[in-house]
Amino acid sequence: MPPAPRPSAPAIAPERTSSGRYSLWRLLREGLNGQRGWSRAWVKAAPRPRYRVVIVGGGGHGLATAFYLATGHGICDVAVLERGPLGLGNVARNTTIIRSNYFQPANIRFYDFSLRLWERLERSLNFNAMVSQRGTLNLFHTEAQRDLFTRRANLMRLEGVDAAALSRAAVKALVPLVDLDNGRYPVLGGFLQPRGGTVRHDAVAWGYARGASEAGVDIVEHCAVTGIRREGERVVGVETSRGFIAADVVCLAVAGHSSELARMAGLELPIETHVLQAFVTEGVKPVLDVVLTYGAGHFYISQSDKGGLVFGGAIDGYNTYGQRGTLPMVEEVTAAAVTLLPALARVKVLRQWGGVMDMSMDGSPIISQTPLAGLVLNGGWCYGGFKAIPAGGFTTAHLIAHGAPHPVAAHLDLGRFAAGRTVDERGVGPFPYLH
Amino acid sequence: MLRIPCPWCGTRDEAEFRYHGDATRPRPTAADTLADFSRYTYGRDNPLGWHLEWWLHVGGCRRLLKVERHTLSHEIRWVGTPEASPAPEVQAP
Amino acid sequence: MTGPARIAQGLLTDPARPLAFRFDGSEMRGLAGDTLASALLANGRRLVGRSFKYHRPRGIVTAGCEEPCALVDLIGAAGREPNQLATTLALHEGLVAVSQNRWPSLELDVLAVNDLLGRFLPAGFYYKTFMAPGWAWERLYEPLIRRAAGLGKLAARVTEHAAPAEIVHDHADVLVVGAGSAGLAAAAVLGTAGLRVLLADQDVMPGGGTLLDPRWSGWREEICRRIAALPTVRRLARTTVLGAYGHGVFGTLEALAPQERARFGGLRERLRVVRARRVLLACGAGERLIAFPGNDVPGVMLAGAALGYLRRYGVAAGLKPVFFLNNDEAYETVFALAEARVLAAAVIDPRPSGRAAARAQEAGIEVIAGAVVCRVRGRRGVRGVRVMGANGSTRRLDADCLLMSGGHSPATSLACQLGARLEWHERIAAFTAEPPSPAGRAAGAARGVYGLAAAALDGETAARALAAELGRTAPLLAAGPGLPSDPDATPLVPFWEVRAPGKAFVDLQNDVTADDVRLACREGYEHVEHMKRFTTCAMATDQGRIGGLVAAAVLAHARGAPLAEVGQVKPRPFLEPVPFAALAGGEVRGHYKPKRRVPLHDWHERAGATFVNTGLWLRPLVYSRAAGWEPVLEEARAVRRAAGITDVSTLGKIDVQGPDAARFLDFVYANTFSTLAVGRARYGIMLREDGMLFDDGTTSRLGATHFLVTTTTANSAAVLEHLEFHLQAVCRELDVVLTDVGDQWAQFAVAGPRAREVIASVVEGLDLTNAAFPFMAAAEARIAGISGRLFRISFSGELAYELAVPARTAPVAWQAVLAAGSRYGIRPYGLDALNTLRIEKGHVTTAELNGNTTADDLGFQRMLKKSGDFIGRALGARPGLAATDRLQLVGVRPVDRARRLRNGMHLVAPESPRTSLGYVTSSTPSVELEGWVGLALLAGGRQRIGTRLLGTSPIHGERTELEVVSPHMLDAENTRVRS
Repeated sequence: MPPAPRPSAPAIAPERTSSGRYSLWRLLREGLNGQRGWSRAWVKAAPRPRYRVVIVGGGGHGLATAFYLATGHGICDVAVLERGPLGLGNVARNTTIIRSNYFQPANIRFYDFSLRLWERLERSLNFNAMVSQRGTLNLFHTEAQRDLFTRRANLMRLEGVDAAALSRAAVKALVPLVDLDNGRYPVLGGFLQPRGGTVRHDAVAWGYARGASEAGVDIVEHCAVTGIRREGERVVGVETSRGFIAADVVCLAVAGHSSELARMAGLELPIETHVLQAFVTEGVKPVLDVVLTYGAGHFYISQSDKGGLVFGGAIDGYNTYGQRGTLPMVEEVTAAAVTLLPALARVKVLRQWGGVMDMSMDGSPIISQTPLAGLVLNGGWCYGGFKAIPAGGFTTAHLIAHGAPHPVAAHLDLGRFAAGRTVDERGVGPFPYLH
Repeated sequence: MLRIPCPWCGTRDEAEFRYHGDATRPRPTAADTLADFSRYTYGRDNPLGWHLEWWLHVGGCRRLLKVERHTLSHEIRWVGTPEASPAPEVQAP
Repeated sequence: MTGPARIAQGLLTDPARPLAFRFDGSEMRGLAGDTLASALLANGRRLVGRSFKYHRPRGIVTAGCEEPCALVDLIGAAGREPNQLATTLALHEGLVAVSQNRWPSLELDVLAVNDLLGRFLPAGFYYKTFMAPGWAWERLYEPLIRRAAGLGKLAARVTEHAAPAEIVHDHADVLVVGAGSAGLAAAAVLGTAGLRVLLADQDVMPGGGTLLDPRWSGWREEICRRIAALPTVRRLARTTVLGAYGHGVFGTLEALAPQERARFGGLRERLRVVRARRVLLACGAGERLIAFPGNDVPGVMLAGAALGYLRRYGVAAGLKPVFFLNNDEAYETVFALAEARVLAAAVIDPRPSGRAAARAQEAGIEVIAGAVVCRVRGRRGVRGVRVMGANGSTRRLDADCLLMSGGHSPATSLACQLGARLEWHERIAAFTAEPPSPAGRAAGAARGVYGLAAAALDGETAARALAAELGRTAPLLAAGPGLPSDPDATPLVPFWEVRAPGKAFVDLQNDVTADDVRLACREGYEHVEHMKRFTTCAMATDQGRIGGLVAAAVLAHARGAPLAEVGQVKPRPFLEPVPFAALAGGEVRGHYKPKRRVPLHDWHERAGATFVNTGLWLRPLVYSRAAGWEPVLEEARAVRRAAGITDVSTLGKIDVQGPDAARFLDFVYANTFSTLAVGRARYGIMLREDGMLFDDGTTSRLGATHFLVTTTTANSAAVLEHLEFHLQAVCRELDVVLTDVGDQWAQFAVAGPRAREVIASVVEGLDLTNAAFPFMAAAEARIAGISGRLFRISFSGELAYELAVPARTAPVAWQAVLAAGSRYGIRPYGLDALNTLRIEKGHVTTAELNGNTTADDLGFQRMLKKSGDFIGRALGARPGLAATDRLQLVGVRPVDRARRLRNGMHLVAPESPRTSLGYVTSSTPSVELEGWVGLALLAGGRQRIGTRLLGTSPIHGERTELEVVSPHMLDAENTRVRS
């Protein structure tokens, strides 16, 4: 495996600038002018009859792919089609965490490539998505868990990625709210990735949309794809609620609904759709600085800049397209919360919601060409879609531009299942409800 | 939250059941090809709509049930034993 | 009377029971029955908090759970609890509350400077700045923002029983949500029809809107009496329906009354999961604000809330009120206050005329028709308003409070969660939502039927329809005797915003103004969900209940689109914020997840065992409380030199019987069991369909059609499910019965060179000689007089037996073995010693069976059946699973025997020290060999046996030269187990 190439800083093409540069000075200037000088962050384009590349899905991955195609490969004849308003799928429904602590070496490389792109996102986009590297801390409660995390942290360090083991005392110092002895599964220690953290999720979609739009990409909202037109084994365009749109390459970036779209092209995918729930509490003054993951139950939590505690748990265990939460999961997740962080017992949970995600059969994503020429898939993101947006977009753009996978995403091809080269992070096999 | 009408135990919460996936795909036999097994193991129809699926009543009779459920509304319109099938006119979406 | 604004007798307050409380250090008095908000108002207190972003002074706006501003920190036994709503917090003696989000004090708040800088801090300003220099976000800007953000301050006092909570489960034919006139009428009808009804209502007493109108007290008392007499109706007071979860499941939250808390051991809330065949949504409508400059000054309140304070607590929101109303319903407050001799300074009504306005004028109250409020005077409290007439002329009015009403919006959240679509009604300028059939129905104000009598009749109609759906005939109630009539009302005129200089808020808690909404639209965030996310409108604790629709209306105007098309943000559970403790219930902390104890748990405890959590099980790790390896190695040494006994009861045990049992096992295991002789055991490996190892264990044939399968502890439930699934889905033609007997049998391994002698004295009627009972023999046996089973199987690599006895007899058998073995020096050994022994022997556990290893990876290739189908056969033959660089099981030992190994250490070649070739899965100091021994998964490992590599653990800063050896580091010829 060659080393991951450093992401190049994309230059924004000046011609379709729609909203101007964002800066403190402009904010102050507009302040004197009643904030009237701002214009649309992205152009609301009407679709043209043909494009070189049509990206289906105006979420994080679709918009990032368009942005990197236009700014990194000079391919601006691109449309992003979104059936509703952009950025309201999983990019708006996740728990905003970024990290690269994975068990499989290829996944460490891929997700750390993403982390490196996150680290320069604001400057690439001129949009503050509040990438906050506050650290992700995984607690462990058994020796077997310690061994697994040791293996992972050591591998990360060999790959040049940051990871550190923390003692109980160090865990307590970092997160004073933790009840180390918690009555059932005492905390034995933790593993910290200091470069992990959180990002303001909505801003990621808006920032990429603005960047792509300024670079000449057509972002077409309220344009539902109703069919994928094939000529033999080649995809030639998409039928939409706003007419047929021809394309040399059609890229599906609709995680959660990949199976439905692929079916339009006559393809079946190794993907099931499941709902993952998330929750947020009322705002409180800062009590938690890191992203914290419990090791004895499904529960992870961080505190947003606004003060709300954002937390989530596991999937419900059966395939569903219903973007809503369920009660048993609420009980499971909050019981873990009160056990680990009993001081939160009286903090009030404000909202619960669900996002539907592509659960692939090995728990790893798919960035791949398909058996059909001209059809590219970016999907199968399982829980990992948000943190992968920059790398997913970057490598999907590379795949479209070069017709060959980017080296850090080469292991994510669709052929791995038939070939027996699955990338099974948790070693649980083709059972999405176990990933 | 699902409430599944188990033919043996009555209507019970989803917490008593374990999901076991698509009930419309028979396992290939020894005579079938690697591709058939690959499709059986990894391929998923994953429809947005009606889905015939397996549920094992682990917290009850431990019988395997065939359930026809809508994957968006979660409505359950048919439950039967592994041998049974929903009536064809009901099967149409 | 307590406080200057207590002007009347309230419905809920008891003048005979004054209570003392403190707010921000000031001692005040209220009455039993007060909320903190009503008591503060009674004391003339108007400034109660500071807003989130601009730190503007804020007061009490509502009288219920929709309150956006009056949030306080409560200081009590549980420490400091943030974000308590003063409007629902029941007052009690000695209550201590403090205001939030201000420094140094509520009156003088430094960050109020944000208000002056507001023009530079519009919605989403942070997306456009703070980007340079790159390091500054985490180190400079973000810490400042975090410190300024957040609402209340959490400082919990955690005690053993800090958060008692319970979750209960309930069933009903119909869940009626809301006990206003519609809900009460419906419950009476449904209950009389013999249907089981749960009537849930947020308030402390039933009645809803009827509580605010004395004409209705007779009707209310009568219908409540009738309901109380119905055994089929249960009333849940103080209960909020939090969310609808489909299939008739609803989450409800009951806040226990203070006197009940003590009865239930300090319980504060009860989460009730209701399963109902139908739901009747009679949850009413909520009043909306109007956006005008200064609509957030303390003293600006919803008109309906002011009526509530008067009727319920006898408190006047102010003694010189001005009203700003666009609907006749809100005039009830004008009349009620007038009756209590609090005359309105004026009523400002943007409509040209109306019936209620005419009535007000008849009563001598000035109505300024066709006018609006364009400015509010006062900062920490309303001092007056500026009114602008239709012709643009302005006029100044003095007032001490401003009571507003922009109309009422039906509560649609639950219906939407049930899948309803919003429907726009111009008549009420609001959306309604009817739950889809057959989930239930909406009734009364919840579906836009305003007026208490109309709602009561609507509730009855809906209830009769539901009863019919459920096969019951409901008697005619016609909403009960003495139904008062509704006043004749003039329809409202939709009115949302007064555009004039100054901040006009649409979200009072998150400080979102109408200008912010327009800015969002200008920047392209014109979809209502984008607007919400860009401005944070409707994302506060009140979820935009009083201003959300106003924001949508401002957006619609900015877009030039009808409000019906713009819609409103999607409501998500929960209907009101819920403490973690209430959602989590009782299974937390020491009760988090069940504890599984082996039958001999108490013996192990008495013997001084340290226990370890393995999944839900508590297993003896070592019979010592001392740290370090020495106690472990002593136990292991006893096994290698004499004998030891260990408890393996946690292994899964599945009884497999039937004519086709052998065929079934041949299908689910990768090796053959049909050839196993009766009375013999065999080690088996089970694959997943994808060809990866799933589980291992021994299976014994106890009879021609009777097998006993053992599984690993970790996979016992999963294996049972795997077998049951395949038996019922794939192998339906096979006649096999599976029974989980894991908890029925206790099982012990007795291992060591003296094991036979130990066993011989407790086992009767069995020839234990090697010829008669060889390695891998299995038989029924009498053990210490108990009918049990004896297996000659070994995990430790020594001569060993496993004894199985019925669980309840475990202590007898265990102690008999110990007694028999004492002369040989037998010792109990725990999981750590067991691990040491099996690592030396090269036996695998879940550390190696990690779900990514194949039979070949672990050296089991020869066990795979050559013919016949089995799970995992086909996909196990994929090319990727035959790659020569796959990780394979090997043994490793430090070249320098004094060095240690670590699990999770990686193996690298000296020439490329950053490329992992594999990792150590298990390791231990050895009792038989010198130094540490370990098992590892190594790329192309079998080819590397005999070579040297580096073991590296960067997180420990360790690097050790290792030799790669066969995983079978001890007795590779298996002479011991066969001895």
